[in-house]
Amino acid sequence: MSMPELAPTLPAAAAGALESELAELIVAALNLDVPAAQIDPQARLYGEGLGLDSIDILEIALVVSKHYGVQLRADGAENTQIFRSLRDLAAYVAAHRTK
Amino acid sequence: MSLLPPSHTPEVIRQLKSSAPDVFCLTDTPCDLDVPQVHYPQLPRTERPWRVPAIDAASTVALVFTSGSTGVPVPHAKTWGRLIQCVREGARRLEVSPAAALLATVPAQHMYGFESSVLLPFATGSALCAERPFYPADVCHALESLPRPRVLITTPIHLRALMTYPDALPAVDLIVSATSPLSQELAQQAETRFQGPVREIYGSTETGQLALRASVREQAWRLWPGITLTPEAGCVWARGGHLEQPTALCDQIEPLDAERFLLHGRLADLVNIAGKRSSLAYLTHQLLGIPGVRDGAFFFPDAEPVPEPQRARLAAAAVAPELSAADIRSALRGRIDPVFLPRPLLLLERLPRNSTGKLPHEALCALLAPRPQLP
Repeated sequence: MSMPELAPTLPAAAAGALESELAELIVAALNLDVPAAQIDPQARLYGEGLGLDSIDILEIALVVSKHYGVQLRADGAENTQIFRSLRDLAAYVAAHRTK
Repeated sequence: MSLLPPSHTPEVIRQLKSSAPDVFCLTDTPCDLDVPQVHYPQLPRTERPWRVPAIDAASTVALVFTSGSTGVPVPHAKTWGRLIQCVREGARRLEVSPAAALLATVPAQHMYGFESSVLLPFATGSALCAERPFYPADVCHALESLPRPRVLITTPIHLRALMTYPDALPAVDLIVSATSPLSQELAQQAETRFQGPVREIYGSTETGQLALRASVREQAWRLWPGITLTPEAGCVWARGGHLEQPTALCDQIEPLDAERFLLHGRLADLVNIAGKRSSLAYLTHQLLGIPGVRDGAFFFPDAEPVPEPQRARLAAAAVAPELSAADIRSALRGRIDPVFLPRPLLLLERLPRNSTGKLPHEALCALLAPRPQLP
């Protein structure tokens, strides 16, 4: 088996690991009564789904900036767009992390 | 007449429509509220001199609602004269200059935001930044784009978030905070990093702004002129000044002298989370209104202290054999503001009612005590 065939699976595994890590951080920061592993990476975090509100989002933003050195920016878009789902958040963090 | 709903849940909109059948929504961006919408056009720029219209002081210009204990929101009529009298006094005390540029991190739909981001520019001629940034990096960016003097209208929760920003913060000439008391520590940190004074406002939906303190050096709050406080039947009443009528305050207040008082926290049934107020009775009423919920109650868990000003979370217990916790959460989301959604929500076979049918607070908290950690 050659390396190029393996390559596509590696980012997916890394993304999955980041999603689980973020899920753990969110559950701990917000004291949610949902096990981290049960959070559907594609379900909405805000409003429906996990039912997070804007103060929760701010709380997560703090945790994310501390852990990954990412300063979240809405830049005119909806504040909660980054938080559409765990997967969206993980993608944002992966693209902007400095640690 | 303006109506200022505290949130846009379907239940709130339904109640709004039943209290004001001719309600419509004036908006510059289409939204999904279930009321007729009138789109406000972008006004053309004009060079012609424009006179600010004089408004009759006695006319009612806004109705603001507090949640009643029976489930029906209670409207409070605000007349222009008293509203603007109160805000002018605030502007005088805060020393907001007509040249100031204001930036608010709070929405205009509750009393603090309404007074400080809508009426304060009216009263002073200062400018309000159209943006309402959310993340610390966005707040800093918006502040930097404003001319000085800059005023930041915010809350302890937002300030705490801003203090975690790793880089230097832009200079701010005045920081105004309200909705929950600020610790001296956080106030000091904000003054140091923004290089400007922090002022805190105490008020309520019913009364508007009532008192102010320089949080770094003062514990006591100084009342607006003409307001008197009198303890009566377990709570403190405010009278006079800009108040429409004598009003019972929902907090534990200790008057010190004619002008100053100390604030010790809220009264037992009342809930103030992130500047949104409700009562356990109202929230419980909403829980019991969900079809399939046979018994239930909201309560404040006796949690270990959380780092202030992180908001507290309510808990709830319900008896609803045919429903899942997700069903109940979803139904509650349509009825109450999300900040009050219970965490945790316990489903039980019965509530720990005592022989008189009451729910002792200790018994409710005991339900939370031994929570096994899920693997």
